[in-house]
Amino acid sequence: MAKTFLIDTSRCTACRGCQIACKEWNELPANDTRQWGSHQNPPDLNAYNYKLVRFNERRDGDTVRWNFFPDQCRHCIDPPCKHEADAYVEGAVIQDPETGAVLFTEKTRQLSEEACEAVREACPYNIPRRHPVTGALVKCTMCHERITRGMLPACVKACPTGAMNFGEREEMLALAEKRLAAVKAEFPNAMLADPDSVSVIYLLTDDPFNYHQNAVAGVTRDLDRQQFLARLTAPLRRSARAAMQG
Amino acid sequence: MTNHWIDLKNADAFLIMGSNAAEHHPISFKWVLNAKERGAVVIHVDPKFSRTSARSNFHVPLRSGTDIAFLGGMIKYILDNEKYFKDYVVAYTNASFLVNKDFGFQDGLFTGFDPQTRSYDKKTWSFQLDDNGVPKRDESLQDPNCVFQLLKKHYARYTPDKVSTITGVSEENLLKVWEAYSATGTGTKAGTVMYALGWTQHSVGVQNIRSACMIQLLLGNIGIPGGGVNALRGEPNVQGSTDHALLYHILPGYMATPTAAWQTLADYQKANTPVSKDPKSANWWQNKPKYMVSLLKAWFGDKATADNDFCYGLLPKLEAGVDYSYMYLFDRMYHDQVRGGFIFGLNPMNTLANTHKARAAMDHLDWVVTSELHHTETTDNWRRPGVDPKTVKTEYFLLPSAHRIEKEGTISNSGRWTLWHHKAIEPAGEAKNFGFMLIGLANKLRAKYLQEGGALPEAVTWQDWPQHYDAEEWCKRINGFFLADTKVGDKTYKKGQLVPSFAALKDDGTTSSLNWLYTGSFTEEEGNKTKRRDPKQTPMQEKIGLFPNWSWCWPVNRRIIYNRASVDPTGKPWNPDKPLIAWENGKWVGDVPDGPWPPLANEGGKYPFIMHTHGFSQLFGPGRVDGPFPEHYEPVETPVTSHPFSSQLSNPMYKFVSGDLDKLAKPGDPAYPIVLTTYSLTEHWCGGGETRNVPCLLEAEPQLYVEMSEELAREKGIKNGDGVIVESIRGKVEAIAMVTVRIRPFAVQGKTVHLVGMPFCFGWTTPKCGDSTNRLTPSVADPNTTIYELKACLVDVKKTDQLTEIAR
Repeated sequence: MAKTFLIDTSRCTACRGCQIACKEWNELPANDTRQWGSHQNPPDLNAYNYKLVRFNERRDGDTVRWNFFPDQCRHCIDPPCKHEADAYVEGAVIQDPETGAVLFTEKTRQLSEEACEAVREACPYNIPRRHPVTGALVKCTMCHERITRGMLPACVKACPTGAMNFGEREEMLALAEKRLAAVKAEFPNAMLADPDSVSVIYLLTDDPFNYHQNAVAGVTRDLDRQQFLARLTAPLRRSARAAMQG
Repeated sequence: MTNHWIDLKNADAFLIMGSNAAEHHPISFKWVLNAKERGAVVIHVDPKFSRTSARSNFHVPLRSGTDIAFLGGMIKYILDNEKYFKDYVVAYTNASFLVNKDFGFQDGLFTGFDPQTRSYDKKTWSFQLDDNGVPKRDESLQDPNCVFQLLKKHYARYTPDKVSTITGVSEENLLKVWEAYSATGTGTKAGTVMYALGWTQHSVGVQNIRSACMIQLLLGNIGIPGGGVNALRGEPNVQGSTDHALLYHILPGYMATPTAAWQTLADYQKANTPVSKDPKSANWWQNKPKYMVSLLKAWFGDKATADNDFCYGLLPKLEAGVDYSYMYLFDRMYHDQVRGGFIFGLNPMNTLANTHKARAAMDHLDWVVTSELHHTETTDNWRRPGVDPKTVKTEYFLLPSAHRIEKEGTISNSGRWTLWHHKAIEPAGEAKNFGFMLIGLANKLRAKYLQEGGALPEAVTWQDWPQHYDAEEWCKRINGFFLADTKVGDKTYKKGQLVPSFAALKDDGTTSSLNWLYTGSFTEEEGNKTKRRDPKQTPMQEKIGLFPNWSWCWPVNRRIIYNRASVDPTGKPWNPDKPLIAWENGKWVGDVPDGPWPPLANEGGKYPFIMHTHGFSQLFGPGRVDGPFPEHYEPVETPVTSHPFSSQLSNPMYKFVSGDLDKLAKPGDPAYPIVLTTYSLTEHWCGGGETRNVPCLLEAEPQLYVEMSEELAREKGIKNGDGVIVESIRGKVEAIAMVTVRIRPFAVQGKTVHLVGMPFCFGWTTPKCGDSTNRLTPSVADPNTTIYELKACLVDVKKTDQLTEIAR
């Protein structure tokens, strides 16, 4: 059965338990970081950070908004990175039919630097990173070796507040709708990010761009706002209809 | 915590103040967010907008050190608008007590102040007693000398405009918080206060917390689910360490340390055992002699007998009036009055105030023994930057310590649950646990005294130490044993069996216990209760998330203390939707009640605040040294030269030490116009000695920063990410500027006051991460606890291109 994450940012306190747990489980070395005027560190995803909590702050009139975005691979249902990589090396990127996990294999080492760049370009969320030593493409593995043994992904296990959730797709979609309805009381513009096309669904309480430029796929700030919202809410309306009919 | 973590979910309103709970107690927010989803309002009052603020309904910025003005204003608001829960206030608090007619307050000082000694004669801070010695009460609350009227008079000065001008909080924001929070004073709503070091680390720290207690009492929020005054304690096992008396002023179980004035056990018991003439007052501390004698029996075993005062004479005695806390200890060290000592489990060279002085003070020691996981600023003080090790006479020993996960034992959490934790792996290398080290040391010392004698050798040789450390055996000793065959109810316990509850402890030497509060945690019937992990609960307990069979909690597994205040005098819960205890068919159901007696209105009933001599909680609290009512005083280092409530600028009793390294900036000092507040962060633990050695934590928070407003940065020509020097009158610290909208300037008395914030977890043993922020903070402290004022002092900041402590 396909697995799905629900990342409820309305419950995220940016404790970074997920970011640290991911590094620990994957035994990734630490980057030599510097304080650069932000709590977001390392500044971006890299070969040693498959998961990164992004911090985005602004003042909205007299109110401060500080948004937290635990960024990671969305494990797209129809993954563009796989389509792109297949054109270069068959089997470099695979999708586990059982869980839906999109996995970068050892064969990604056979991808040239340019091919890796093309795969990264293909990703609507700018996730893949090339390992500086091995040349492999790396990213979140959905903790495949854990979830196939009945355990939760390390990031979900570590989350203290219930921001990170993981389970069967139907179950997570239902939870997402329930959570969305609950947070709308306080945040009328709350939304789910690309719920129909990804296995990692974010519940956002603010404009996606106020979290991260790649919080949602394939739109830019220039896109007409109405179009943008229509596109975002269409899947919701669809699933709401489906839920009512079901 | 009066309550516990899960119970946070029962609150209808949260006042998170003096705490950054989401960052420092991450698990708390699981429950806070559950309540919020149910419709609870979450309010964060704090100088900076933090990760806690981000998840709150609203954040209100407050100038650091003005909490009492803010809370005093709230007390006035509650009284003026009759938001208090009157039935509770009359029945359970001392609002109705008549105070000594000679008691008074004028221009910032209570009656009895002696400016020469900077102390109060508290004679007039007393209650009028009737012929039987019971406090006189006026339940109409109209008598001009009753606590309620005095309270009204005291806080009449705390008007919104005055509070606003000194705190820097707009009147609109003040009223928003006061109104939202005081809406819980109905009997059927619950409000909780969550605080931590943001309240304690001030020269008025204890009175900050007193203010919160008073608000909670007025609103009827103590003793109920979702209520309480909740000190958030954490991983450092602060709860366990205070319970077991890691501090000098108490013995295990919150009993006073003997002083030179109490030479015999009789002296001690007389001075420390309160007497109540009111038959309705349980006056629980009347049992103290039983706990003290049981403690002496646990310490001295068979050597302790009634004839020798149970070895009370062998205990060290404090000199009256001498303060033995850190601030004075390091001052004495600096003045060559201390020769050596042990520093276990802390990193004072990073965490004490004014670490320039603390670091220099340690150089005066002949020897020091440390025990740590890693090298820290304390273990390696002898080779700190700018010091030639050859010039340091101190001999340092570093004993490698086992990590928490390398040993078994208990930790007491903030909700007073004592939980067993298992050993996950064997300690690395030669590392040992503290129990091994301390018992080994005690036995070596004893052997040496037995062989060589010395002054008063019995103080050591008569102590009852085991040969080897065994955590579970130690838990049994803490619980306590019967030392003679004893009948409790229908059951007979044999000599050597475990005592089932502190009600069975005796003052005749037939029981032992290392801590009466923990008696009942390890019993013949149920074994080691700290290992219990059974989620079984009754439907009534399920409603409020009470798990009585999960671990064990002191006292007697009572999950919410003062719970008799959650019911009316007939035993009916004030809030029928969330009952905590209830008197049903002649018995209590729900939580373990605060004592077995029937409800207050019944024959044999008792007042709910059983730890107070008179049985009532204290709106008028004469126990503190600096006043029965909290009063606003500025921090010792303050950006203002006056405040609107009195001409007494700072706490008249704040503690300090003086010397060449103990400089203080004067009030409103133009050279240091910016307020500095200091704090922890999620990613590092306390002084950072452990977590800076965990690579992925250091990756996430690598270097010392100073958070400042965009306005201040503009004024100073500082850009985000620039290197800066933060300077107080005591020293300079390098940091990276974090320019943020989350800190904003305060409008105080018509002027702009800037505030900056810095974490204190970085130190020089981690290369190029920065060094102790506490080189900036002052050696001044609260007069009740001698906790340093680390949350508010004065600095200036300037940009620098030449960083030596921090790598770019």
